[in-house]
Amino acid sequence: MKIRVLIAKAGLDGHDRGAKVIAAALRDAGMEVVYTGLRAKVGAVAEAAVQEDVDVIGLSILSGAHLAICERLMEELRARGAEGIPVVVGGIVPAADRARLRELGVLAVFGPESPLPEVVRAVRALAEGDRSREIPMADEQQGVGA
Amino acid sequence: MSDRGQARTRSGVPIKPVYGPGDVRGAPPPPGEFPFTRGIHRDMYLGKPWTMRQYAGFGTPEETNQRFRYLLEQGQTGLSLALDLPTQLGLDADDEQALGEVGKVGVSICSLRDLETVFQGIPLDRISTSMTINATAAALLAMYEAVATGQQVPRNRVSGTVQNDLLKEFGARGAWLFPIQPSMRLCVDIIQDCVDRLPRFNPISIASHYRDAGANPAEEMAYTLSSGIAYVEACLARGMDVEAFAPRLSFFFYTYTNFFEEVAKYRAGRRIWARLMKERFGAKSPAAQMLRAACVCGGHSLTRAEPLNNIARVTLEAFAVTCSGLQSVFTAAYDEAFAIPTEQSARTSLRVQQILAEETEVAKTVDPLGGSYFVEALTDEMEAAIQRVMDEVAAQGGMVRALERGWVQQAISRRAYEWEQAVASGEQKVVGVNVARGDAPEEPELQAASQEAAERKVRELKALRAARSGESVRRALDGVRRAAAGGENLMPPIREAVQAYATVGEVARAMEDVFGRYSPPTRF
Repeated sequence: MKIRVLIAKAGLDGHDRGAKVIAAALRDAGMEVVYTGLRAKVGAVAEAAVQEDVDVIGLSILSGAHLAICERLMEELRARGAEGIPVVVGGIVPAADRARLRELGVLAVFGPESPLPEVVRAVRALAEGDRSREIPMADEQQGVGA
Repeated sequence: MSDRGQARTRSGVPIKPVYGPGDVRGAPPPPGEFPFTRGIHRDMYLGKPWTMRQYAGFGTPEETNQRFRYLLEQGQTGLSLALDLPTQLGLDADDEQALGEVGKVGVSICSLRDLETVFQGIPLDRISTSMTINATAAALLAMYEAVATGQQVPRNRVSGTVQNDLLKEFGARGAWLFPIQPSMRLCVDIIQDCVDRLPRFNPISIASHYRDAGANPAEEMAYTLSSGIAYVEACLARGMDVEAFAPRLSFFFYTYTNFFEEVAKYRAGRRIWARLMKERFGAKSPAAQMLRAACVCGGHSLTRAEPLNNIARVTLEAFAVTCSGLQSVFTAAYDEAFAIPTEQSARTSLRVQQILAEETEVAKTVDPLGGSYFVEALTDEMEAAIQRVMDEVAAQGGMVRALERGWVQQAISRRAYEWEQAVASGEQKVVGVNVARGDAPEEPELQAASQEAAERKVRELKALRAARSGESVRRALDGVRRAAAGGENLMPPIREAVQAYATVGEVARAMEDVFGRYSPPTRF
């Protein structure tokens, strides 16, 4: 069974360079990737995750709206009984907001320079249900510098 | 890359170990002369230094007004207004879809009242303002004119720029609203209105966000000039005179740390554009042949790792563009990969430009790198590389067709992926990231996100809607709908609407009722 991943651009941010690069990297790593396109409504992201039966949701946000969007996404997932789908975030996230994202249930945060192999490894581990080790949160990764 | 043999620029142009007279075709004509390789003016910065124009704006109109005043006090010479995403996409602050986005990447402007606040105490007869606004450019332009009129500034002294380049929104930046054809129509409406009514306002800044989305420098220039061709053709199809509108077209580019290639890119771009305008479109006056350009130094070239290194990067980039003779420069702040800039980081990036202008010789002579064997040879090579990509776009049926098909978008995504793979493999070196890397991540002190912007904007909108004449607004918005459905220029009814304090969202909805909404191809 191929790992299935939903890459989502929720909110209004139009910068999809990162989302597309990650989508391509996951695809090349043998995963099935669904991309929502720009400005997906948060409810539609949760719905797509359920419909497409994905193993991981990757949310890309560079506009600073990450807290509001993640809060809403978690609600929408819970409403569908899908809160078990791991959520990771990529984008411009200040360190101060990372703890809050963790509280909300986001399992990893990646930044502009997170190495592609790291991202692929983390997504695979989460998809395979490996939560035994904490997935590092972007800047916490030694030497990665986000 | 040297361990893989031949060194190449980021556009793939081979770099020789040494250049000499045999690599140069002969001296280009002096600055100010066709095809403007060495610059569009004879005296360049000796006559007028480049405009130091830092992109700024966040939170409420009051917060942005304060930042603008601060930057002007620090010696900035032009303003550049950053607008939040709801404003850029025609959503009012109380729209459900604006959740979490109000006042984040720029200031929230819902109505004329907000823009009046942004420019309070700033004399618009002496300061020009660039606004990075596209899908809703018409409304912001109409508001800006109204603010200037309110300050008693005569129309012929209102100066500035609206970006108004929708093609790059479809291709790279993603802030589109209406489908491509009505977007082009609206864009030409704005150009025509400015040509007829606002002699010192640039109605379009044809922009190169393709670069920040992944394109290499040659592709960046090629896609941007190809967009320029599309706009020229659209204006000609409208029956406009090339001598009247071509001098009003301006451009906007990205500059990264590949110093010499950037210089060559700008010199080659000016040459290609001048020849195009003269030979293909029959433009006779030099003003109609010149590529006037602003630029940003920063963007994707800046790293989150070791953020202070970005000051060095931006300095190199700004040095490249001032060696290239560009008209206006924005140097991004070193904390760009974290948040919007603090007062301190914004000031430091302005200081980079001031150091270049005051402490180096770059503003004291024109085209200081002209005649360098390497730069002249690379200018020729870049011209050929850019032309090759422009030919590919032409073979796709031009920029509009290429974007409709998703051809440009796919080419750019492929390049972005290649770049990340090259960084991951270490083939492409990025200091602080995959080479010369420190141990611990560092985060500078960041500008706090405006907490009150969203709630306050919602409250103010409610009060505004209660206070204004609902009848005037309704009538004006009907006028916008009628103009959109018919053929007449949309600017007069949009002016009427914003003067009646119709909101950006209401004006956008009125047009969307007629135009519908763009639906993008989503491939990666």
